[in-house]
Amino acid sequence: MTSEATDVRKVGVDLQEATEDTRRVVEAIERDNEDATVSYLPGLVKIQAPGRLVVRRQTVEDLLGRPWETHEFQLAIVSYYGHIAEWDDDEIVIKWDH
Amino acid sequence: MANTKKLSMKQRYSALTRDLDWESSYVSEEELFPHTKFEGIKIHDWAKWEDPFRLTIDAYCKYQAEKDKRLYAVLDGFAQSQGHLTLSDARYLNAMKLFLQGVTPLEYQAHRHFGYLARHLNGPGPRFAALCQSIDELRHTQTEIHTLSNYNKYYGGLHSWSKMHDRVWYLSVPKSFFDDAISAGPFEFLIAIGFSFEYLLTNLLFVPFMSGASFNGDLPSMTFGFSAQSDESRHMTLGLEAIKFLLEQDEGNVPIVQGWIDKWFWRGYRVTALVAGMLDYMLPRKVMSWKEAFELYFEEQMLGGLFKDLEFYGITPPRHVEHAIAEKDLLSHQVYWTLYSFSFAAAFTTTVPEAGERAWLAEQYPDTFNTFYKPRWDKAQAIIDGGGRFFFQGLPQLCQTCQIPMVFTEPGDPTTLCQRHSVYRGERFDFCSDGCKWIFDREPEKYVQAWMPVHQIYQGNCGGPSVPEVLAWYGIQDGDNGEYTGSLDHLDWRRWHASEPAVASTTKES
Repeated sequence: MTSEATDVRKVGVDLQEATEDTRRVVEAIERDNEDATVSYLPGLVKIQAPGRLVVRRQTVEDLLGRPWETHEFQLAIVSYYGHIAEWDDDEIVIKWDH
Repeated sequence: MANTKKLSMKQRYSALTRDLDWESSYVSEEELFPHTKFEGIKIHDWAKWEDPFRLTIDAYCKYQAEKDKRLYAVLDGFAQSQGHLTLSDARYLNAMKLFLQGVTPLEYQAHRHFGYLARHLNGPGPRFAALCQSIDELRHTQTEIHTLSNYNKYYGGLHSWSKMHDRVWYLSVPKSFFDDAISAGPFEFLIAIGFSFEYLLTNLLFVPFMSGASFNGDLPSMTFGFSAQSDESRHMTLGLEAIKFLLEQDEGNVPIVQGWIDKWFWRGYRVTALVAGMLDYMLPRKVMSWKEAFELYFEEQMLGGLFKDLEFYGITPPRHVEHAIAEKDLLSHQVYWTLYSFSFAAAFTTTVPEAGERAWLAEQYPDTFNTFYKPRWDKAQAIIDGGGRFFFQGLPQLCQTCQIPMVFTEPGDPTTLCQRHSVYRGERFDFCSDGCKWIFDREPEKYVQAWMPVHQIYQGNCGGPSVPEVLAWYGIQDGDNGEYTGSLDHLDWRRWHASEPAVASTTKES
């Protein structure tokens, strides 16, 4: 990857702010993505990260204290930008392809 | 452990989506899928289509049911607690009237057309993704109708949205946009709606509406909006997969796809002009300006992110995008002034922005508002102070492509109206912009057939020659249209809040 030399393009995801569960998911994302920035719009949490953003099942489960399957992320997500590079049982990865 | 027998997401997806497909033996592939050749797109291997969501029908049903349960719990609670009384102001609902009349019918059209794709695309992956989206769009239609039907008990403008969508002048803007898409071939539709609308522009449509709902006390609309948007992220993925798939399958697809991006960016962008007017003027409590939303969701995320990614395939940012960027300081003001001038013929009301709103607009648009647009509002206010109300007398020239009245200005000159025209088969057609003229010139034989609301009135197809006759044919009733101050909604709102201390109301005291 040569993108290090130039600006690293951001990717991001917008989540519903409403629920307790979502708050834990946001916390998990912050924990797993050191460079992530979190901002708030009415009803909405906007998370952005340079280059790559990952949601890990294990971290979410640790914070929720219950099993959580990655499909459940669909209940929280409002929008995203980037490309969903991976969505399997253990993690969701958003990044640009090229 | 019994658990070791459980299939992983990848295996489940492969087993339940791809492996259920079979090859036809009684008929050829061409006979089975007759619509995927004529657009010139070449597909060599349908199995290369990827679905990152790896959604299977059981997971789909489980999570969609959960989304609906959450939404209906909110709707019931809101209705039972007389939630409509806690809105920021009755005039906020003008935004939702525009939404129900303009957007909800498009959801239904999307439902129908994705159902068509679910039958007619050759690969099982895209067929299943299209099937899910088709069901999603039907869910959106239904939840939007259910959500807003509660307000229909108390407020005007929400009763005949379906009929209005087919008839009323400003609603021909979104209607003709979608008619254009569903009368294209399946691949063009994927780029038009799946990619250009759902990925490039959807955030500009939904996020402002829903954050606006949240900020103005409209819990049900916020909830249906975000519920719909959670499906939307899947739709964005379908759109993005579609474009990457087409570009990767054959080099010859690249110029065709570029042409569609150029066309559909501008078509979709012109529809969002209505959102611009809504966002800056219809919300009593402002969320963000159109300019800010455009910079964040379009310039930063799409031009700065997505198009850098598509460069790899030789795709460039859409034609005429520089005009959209230059217009961000002007668009909402030009559109809302038009709605203000013609709202006697609309199924919502308009009013002069209050002093606080004008200050906010001046702050958000330091280069344009006070110079070009505040003087108009001062004039409109002076007319009101003198006991009148300005409405435009006469019918406007519409753009043949986007069907918006020709109210936009020359690039670089906000004081001169932009007018373009082309002659086709000896007849002159007018356009609001270079973008709309370019689209017409590519396919004149398509756009000459447009159902132009103003022309139709003059041709005697809209109930009769007088304004009351046309309004009756539109389905507009007393209380739906005109000026907000003194309207039925306004009077009811004041009556319902009469026993409260004056500070609880944000309505203008006149």
